Amino acid sequence: MSQTAATTTVPKLTKAPTGLALFFYRIGKSFQTPTPYLTIFGVALWLFTWWLLCEGLKVDRFDKIPGPVAVSKDLFSFTPFQGISIFTEEFYNHIMVSCRRIAIAFAIATGVGVPLGLFMGWSRRIRDYAFPILETLRPIPILAWVPLSILMFPGFEAPVIFLATLASLFVTALNTMLGVDSIDEEYFRAAGCLGSSNWDIFKNVVVPGALPFVFTGLQISIGVAWFSLVAAEMVSGDHGLGYLIVDSYMNNVTVPMVIGMITLGFIGWFTSILVRMLGNWLMQWHVKALALQGR
Amino acid sequence: MTAQKNRGALSIRNVTKIYDPEGVNVMAVDNCSMEIAAGEVCMIVGPSGCGKTTLLNAIAGFHSITHGEILLDGEMLCGPGKPKADMGAERMVVFQHGALFPWKTLAENVAYGPIVQGVLPKKQALEKAREMLAEAGIGNVLDKYPGEVSSGMSRRAEIVRALINDPKVLLLDEPYRAMDALTKSIMHESLLETYDRTKVTIFFITHDLEEAIFLGDKVHVVTTRPCQLKKTVEVNIPRPRSYETQSSEEFRILMEEVNEAVHEEAIKAFQAGERELA
Repeated sequence: MSQTAATTTVPKLTKAPTGLALFFYRIGKSFQTPTPYLTIFGVALWLFTWWLLCEGLKVDRFDKIPGPVAVSKDLFSFTPFQGISIFTEEFYNHIMVSCRRIAIAFAIATGVGVPLGLFMGWSRRIRDYAFPILETLRPIPILAWVPLSILMFPGFEAPVIFLATLASLFVTALNTMLGVDSIDEEYFRAAGCLGSSNWDIFKNVVVPGALPFVFTGLQISIGVAWFSLVAAEMVSGDHGLGYLIVDSYMNNVTVPMVIGMITLGFIGWFTSILVRMLGNWLMQWHVKALALQGR
Repeated sequence: MTAQKNRGALSIRNVTKIYDPEGVNVMAVDNCSMEIAAGEVCMIVGPSGCGKTTLLNAIAGFHSITHGEILLDGEMLCGPGKPKADMGAERMVVFQHGALFPWKTLAENVAYGPIVQGVLPKKQALEKAREMLAEAGIGNVLDKYPGEVSSGMSRRAEIVRALINDPKVLLLDEPYRAMDALTKSIMHESLLETYDRTKVTIFFITHDLEEAIFLGDKVHVVTTRPCQLKKTVEVNIPRPRSYETQSSEEFRILMEEVNEAVHEEAIKAFQAGERELA
């Protein structure tokens, strides 16, 4: 027994990697799990199906849709056949316009929605005032607001931003309120025992306690902002990815339409990652507690 | 921490608490009286859901009472005309599930009380918190969040968070309920050590009889709902007590005495089968 124990080699302990080294360590480590391979396989399967339907077999009605080969040919071409590629200024112009609208809309929705949700969760009275109105307005689809917003606001920008703001405001406010509701009563009691004023409780219990829900809400709300923005751009707008999609359709050029959709998907995903990263940075306590649970 | 002799005497006089959920009266505490001397460790033992926590909540100022009065050092906390006590730092609660703020580090948690009460500026409060945590033997995890440390450590930090405010009474609501026996025994010794140092009045709710006798000066056995005082057992085992105390003959005799009183109530509570009250 003692001999087998003696022959066991103890792995040499090295210093934990940090910074960039940690990043590469994690990437290297992830290739030892099935995750990246499954992801690559999944994407490949999806692309292949798309190709098969549109270009390979040319299934009836799918043959009018540009396949992956046609799209990537145009996307990476200096002189795109249908006008849009990653080398044209117009492509970036559409992205910039949409991103700027999202930035403004998301900032307003967060700036109004988070405090509104916090106060609604914290004070019974404010909830009684505001909640029924919020609940009545929330189920109204964003497209139903389009005519009203065009009547209310001048120009192209304001109505579009208004629509994107409205959609994400509801999500943010509601999630924030639920976040406050989710805080255990004992934290309020403990804070009261320790001699907190109402304002102390708001700063030290209500706000940090609701943050995990707030950021879950913000991740949903930025997604909602993107799709209501695109809906708005389709109806009224003179630039932007939604406009690109609908304009291409009107002009019978289908490749830019698909390029617009794919770009939208990637940018939406990217903004969602940004929000998540911001949340994790602000909530170290939450991240660490979850990490210890193996998540 | 200065040792206290003449503060923290609690008088609970004829306290009755009736809950009224959906128009159906539920009596949680019925005409319950007990006197707790300054600097005494008073253990409340009774079956689950009997209204012990209701009593604690009334002292802390979380709930109102229906009749009777509660006095701290002769001053009325709640009573006729003032059903609900104000929350205050002279009565500190340590909660059943632990209520350290998960978004603050242990040191920030401990420093919180003095900062919001304006007793100390932030920097000095943090310094004092670090000192006190080190004294309690958890100086190595000062800057960790509660979610990162063991339940034993966070519970100890919670007691430090209470003590930094120099309270008159420490109210503990089954603080070691979810712990394994080994951790529990370490927590007991550390609480006893803290008590010997500060002599703070302790009001401790439990249904662990060994814990009650090992820690307490007096063990108050209360009845099942509605909560009334059934029997008071004096624990005359000299302090400082240590782990060996638990195997002594006098400990065994006290166990039997308390057990007998509690068992009867436990059976009643079980047969009633009522759901626990918050």
